[in-house]
Amino acid sequence: MISDPATSLTSAVLAPAVDDDQLLHVSLGPQHPSTHGVFRMNVVLDGETVVRLKPVFGYLHRNHEKIAEGTSYLASMPYTDRLDYICPLSNNWAYARAVEKLAGIEVPERAEFIRVILAELTRLINHTAFAGFILGDMGAWGSALMYAFREREKILDLFEELTGARMMANFMRFGGCRNDLPDGWSAKVSKLVDEYGPFLDEMEKFLVGNEILLSRTLNVGSLPKEVLINGGITGPMLRAAGVPYDIRKVDPYGIYERFDFRIPLGATGDCYDRIMIRFLEMRESLKILHQALDQLPDGSFIHPKAKIRNFKPPLGEAYARIEGPKGELGFHLISDGSTRPYRYRIRPPSFINLTLIEDMCLGLDLADVVVILGSIDIVLGEVDR
Amino acid sequence: MEPSADIKRLPAPARWSIPGIGLLKGMVVTAQNMIQSYYRKERMTTVQYPEERAPISPNFRNFPFLCYDGEDPKAGLRCTACTICETECPPQCIYIVLERDANGKSLKRPKVFDIDVSVCMNCGICAEVCPFDSIYMDGEYELSKQDRFNGLLFHLDRLAKSADYHMKLRPKEAGEVAARRKVEVDKKRAVQAAKDAKAQTDKDMAKPEPTTKGEPA
Amino acid sequence: MTAEHLTPEDRQSPDSLSPPDRESPDSLASPDRESPDSLAAAVLARLRTAFPRAGVSLRTNPGPAVQHSLLVSPADLCDVCRFLRDTPDLAFDFLSNVSGVDWPDPSKADAVAAPADEQGTPAAAAGFLEVIYHLYSTRRRIGPLVLRVRTADRLSGVQIPSVVAVFRSAEFQEREIFDLYGVEFTGHPDLRRILMWDEFQDHPMRKDYVAPDDYEYEPTPHAAVLEKAQRHYVQP
Repeated sequence: MISDPATSLTSAVLAPAVDDDQLLHVSLGPQHPSTHGVFRMNVVLDGETVVRLKPVFGYLHRNHEKIAEGTSYLASMPYTDRLDYICPLSNNWAYARAVEKLAGIEVPERAEFIRVILAELTRLINHTAFAGFILGDMGAWGSALMYAFREREKILDLFEELTGARMMANFMRFGGCRNDLPDGWSAKVSKLVDEYGPFLDEMEKFLVGNEILLSRTLNVGSLPKEVLINGGITGPMLRAAGVPYDIRKVDPYGIYERFDFRIPLGATGDCYDRIMIRFLEMRESLKILHQALDQLPDGSFIHPKAKIRNFKPPLGEAYARIEGPKGELGFHLISDGSTRPYRYRIRPPSFINLTLIEDMCLGLDLADVVVILGSIDIVLGEVDR
Repeated sequence: MEPSADIKRLPAPARWSIPGIGLLKGMVVTAQNMIQSYYRKERMTTVQYPEERAPISPNFRNFPFLCYDGEDPKAGLRCTACTICETECPPQCIYIVLERDANGKSLKRPKVFDIDVSVCMNCGICAEVCPFDSIYMDGEYELSKQDRFNGLLFHLDRLAKSADYHMKLRPKEAGEVAARRKVEVDKKRAVQAAKDAKAQTDKDMAKPEPTTKGEPA
Repeated sequence: MTAEHLTPEDRQSPDSLSPPDRESPDSLASPDRESPDSLAAAVLARLRTAFPRAGVSLRTNPGPAVQHSLLVSPADLCDVCRFLRDTPDLAFDFLSNVSGVDWPDPSKADAVAAPADEQGTPAAAAGFLEVIYHLYSTRRRIGPLVLRVRTADRLSGVQIPSVVAVFRSAEFQEREIFDLYGVEFTGHPDLRRILMWDEFQDHPMRKDYVAPDDYEYEPTPHAAVLEKAQRHYVQP
């Protein structure tokens, strides 16, 4: 049997940085509700102040990349659902896009629309659940999360009707999607999109003016823009700090160029901005959804020559990325011309967004660490892969 | 141009004008939700399982089953043990042994067809790649078992389900499949009939020759 | 956002996010997003002038993605990265992805990234490990610029200088490659295993890695699985 990673890592990680008996070493996690899964931080405290913080990974490591290198290209598709299990359809899209780039496959227009609709619904799911989780991290365990999950459930029902599974969708295919929209599905999405705005209003009313939220998030965990870019931080985290970097705009993929939407920006990049930026992004997602549903064309949902079995991309490599709800989700694939990828690499936004967590937390209180971790919005399925 | 920020912050004194007002506003939302949960349908989102069940959509997929035509699960099984699903299955949870007769000739049906549903991840790729309309995803979901190892290893007898079951589960998909299969069977029959007819005419052609020869005699 | 939190003057027109004016008139002035090949070649020309003696060569990608790459010698990697980041008209300030690749068969590596010009070094005799960097520019909105660095071999000569001092985003990714491939990044501030546990011996992403057979009993009667399980759990 494998030895326990928890015990074996302790000695190496907790080697005292400062020889001071007054410092308190706290192992935060891995079984802790505020660490969003099995994530651990070794925190060294001086009183209540963080003087050192080392994240510990790998509790959910299953070497997805190795598994993918041993199976066909299609067989990795259901595994990508399990990376960031809050938003499986974005992962599907990122992987499908990388393979399409690798093999030079065209995607029909209708499939692109379906993908945009699903990706934006996924963004709604992610940001809604985020709002629930971050409030849970701040101690408002219950109502906020339940309201968020109630709305998320409505979208998941739609996903189930379309893909057959609420979360593990396995829906995108190289060159399109697995099946067409069921009858009446887009009407249901339209209804949901219409009802989502009032829900967001309600949710904002619920938390925006809340004094506890304000005092726990304002001016907590902000870093300069340049540091964030250099640290590879992407997604709402980066935009909250005022960097207009959204791959949907700066490196448009799919058919995002056709839609009219804005990239909301924050000012300081503290936890408050990171929460609020997600609400603004949801509003923009609703705009995109309205447009996509209005313009949804008829046609094929998959390229007629798309191959399911025995798919062999030509020799070469490709790196493709999309703006996932958590940040830049990239797939780097190398093909040696066989049915299996020679190299299959994921650029997971949650994992790389954690790079700067120590810098964000130093000098703050332990309670702030929990809020900062919550505001980064990680999913351990993707961090540990 | 430096883009302007979208998130507006009220300056601190304004924020704190009436301490606790934000909290109260939030509590109003909670109270509204609670009260509305008694009479507004969209607030009543839970069902009392297992007495009540939420309807499942026809597309819902759980574990695979094998489809057979007619009454007899063994004779009518569509599966030809081609092992395409076994090869394509991402977690490798399918195990197939081809049945052979005494001379080692393939009978084109599985002797063993096992699916380990403790490993299966409900992806539906087996159903997607099957060229014989044989394997489909089931909608059954109450499958807990006491025996973790053998209870969750489904054998052929457990997996085989009739085409009627499929029709009930997913009328649209099953209807299309049935129509297509009917066309194929009809075509096959027609080809067979044509072959038979041709053989017959060939026979007839071959036969009359001596008779024609004999006729003048 | 509700209206009370968003003043009208905060709203910007959607086209205010269009790329900023590209100022320099050289070959990089209007790099085409759809053809990164011109990007790699143009950057190579700049690098050749800036570092006449640096070991940088163009590698072409035979696939439809046409993401050509630059093979950089390990000794020059940090200088090249710093140059790419700090030169204002290049401004590759964002290291998106770092991938490790194991090439036990060097001819395969040269098939995927074919030498393009006379400076392309011939294939190494032994296999090697490769680290691939994908750089983007957030300001100029171009990329990816693909850099590849190769180790001397797969056994002892697995050192590559770390770029953490230039791009902080490489910190965890280099640790991951160290963990899964065994590339030693010299100068990395905290080079430890990251996904596997510290006592773990091998590097699981290498192509010749042999998986252990000590997993739990699995009822799927696959011949190979059963055989392995029987070998491991010797029946009394």
